[in-house]
Amino acid sequence: MLRDSLLKLLAADARLSDRQLADRLNVSASDIAAERAALEKEGRIVGYQAIVNDDDDFVSAFIEVRCTPERGGGFNRLASRIARFDEVKSCFLISGNFDLLVMVEAKSLMGVARFVSEKLSTMEGVLSTSTQFRLKTYKNNGLSFEEEDAPERISVAP
Amino acid sequence: MDMQRFLSRKIVDMPRSGIREFFDLCAGSKDIISLGVGEPDFVTPWNIREAAIFSLEKGHTTYTSNYGLLSLREAIAAYVASFFGVGYDPTCEILPTVGVSEAIDLALRCLLNPGDEVIYHEPVYVSYAPTVQMADGVAVPVQTGIEDLFALNPDKLEAAITPRTKVLMLNFPTNPTGSIAPLETLNRIAEICVKHDIFVLTDEIYSELRYDGVRHTSIASLPGMKERTLLLHGFSKAFAMTGFRLGYCCGPKELIEMMCKIHSYTMICPTITSQEAGIEALRNGQSAMHEMRDSYHIRRDYIVKRFNDMGMDCHLPGGAFYTFPSIRRFGLSSKEFALRLLKEHKVAAVPGTAFGPCGEGYLRCCYATAFSLLEQACDKMARFCDSLKA
Repeated sequence: MLRDSLLKLLAADARLSDRQLADRLNVSASDIAAERAALEKEGRIVGYQAIVNDDDDFVSAFIEVRCTPERGGGFNRLASRIARFDEVKSCFLISGNFDLLVMVEAKSLMGVARFVSEKLSTMEGVLSTSTQFRLKTYKNNGLSFEEEDAPERISVAP
Repeated sequence: MDMQRFLSRKIVDMPRSGIREFFDLCAGSKDIISLGVGEPDFVTPWNIREAAIFSLEKGHTTYTSNYGLLSLREAIAAYVASFFGVGYDPTCEILPTVGVSEAIDLALRCLLNPGDEVIYHEPVYVSYAPTVQMADGVAVPVQTGIEDLFALNPDKLEAAITPRTKVLMLNFPTNPTGSIAPLETLNRIAEICVKHDIFVLTDEIYSELRYDGVRHTSIASLPGMKERTLLLHGFSKAFAMTGFRLGYCCGPKELIEMMCKIHSYTMICPTITSQEAGIEALRNGQSAMHEMRDSYHIRRDYIVKRFNDMGMDCHLPGGAFYTFPSIRRFGLSSKEFALRLLKEHKVAAVPGTAFGPCGEGYLRCCYATAFSLLEQACDKMARFCDSLKA
């Protein structure tokens, strides 16, 4: 129960201190610290990052990859090889017309192109790739990237 | 010209809302953190707003039946049956209104003859007494106190009954105290109403917002009560739809028919846009509502703990999004306390007296405000309390 509530609060705002989390969940700060440590150890909490609006800083592409599954390992070995590249920001196994959805980030369009042509498509087991470039981010990780002013409430109301 | 002589004596003599009065005081101040609001801090969930926009896009800009859209009434009937466990016929026992406020006004005008008495528990929402008076009834408040956690005490209720008593108004969870009527209390109130042949208006607007883990019971669902109860509910609080101004009432068809008569002359119908948004709220708004409720729950626990830590006596309210801490030990009246808190620390909270004289010694503090603002407000209030203790 504490675990679910803690994950929910941290998923919404990872910068909350253990003290603030404790206030919100009505437990002690040491309870929070212990639970957080357990979650980190188990790999449920993988990391804490800022959600950055980097549309102007990076060229991003969503690459659909078709590949040959291996006997025994399925797509796992190939997927983790792909995921190890620094350019790869996310990598998912997907149902449907292709197998892996790989999100790649580079400084320039040519950077992405080089990664796809030199690294990704030449890997053994990769059958084909289809690259879609990001044009604009509207929402990422549950956060809207277009700032909306909070509507004003009157200060005293029924 | 003397405009005064044109004005109705009845309305001129009616006191202004205590909330309104306090609002005027706050109006000039800048940068205040307000615990004075009576509405959710969430924007209406997107699927509901989207349904409203789609309704406009389709060109649904007409009047509806005075009874509202049948599809809305059917959705209400299904929701009320599952949430309250009481069944109503959507064709004649349900009337959508412009908020619960309109429904209260209609009901009282349809039930009261001049001089009929209406009992309600106090402190309570500011509109009850004036609405009774405007319907030529006599408002009979029964005081509640911390000893009953601000629930109506059945013995006090029975003592207030006279041969002219016709209606009992209930509001649990209560604005401004957040109090809940325990089931055994509700059962006794129901018995008293049957015994003395009293009709009940039960304002259930906060009923989804309960944090005590107990399934909400409406008096309408108790034995023998459906026939003598008008259940009033709406979308404002649970679905964060205050601005849509949409409520409804469910009850005996003879009363609903009379209420619809006034409604057809004065209001005609709630905005069709709101009605269609309401259908979406009832069909697909549950998970968003539960998210909001859980978020209020966290904030309630926090603010009550902080209030008690700073030396106010604050009970743990079972529902709504209000706390009602006592400030008696600081030796100031509710109004003085609220005014100084506003002036010296820029935190707005409503004096308990806005909700009836027995609210003296209390403040209504709403916690439907961002957690970070609650933290700041509590820090400021703690400094104020310390300064009063010194």
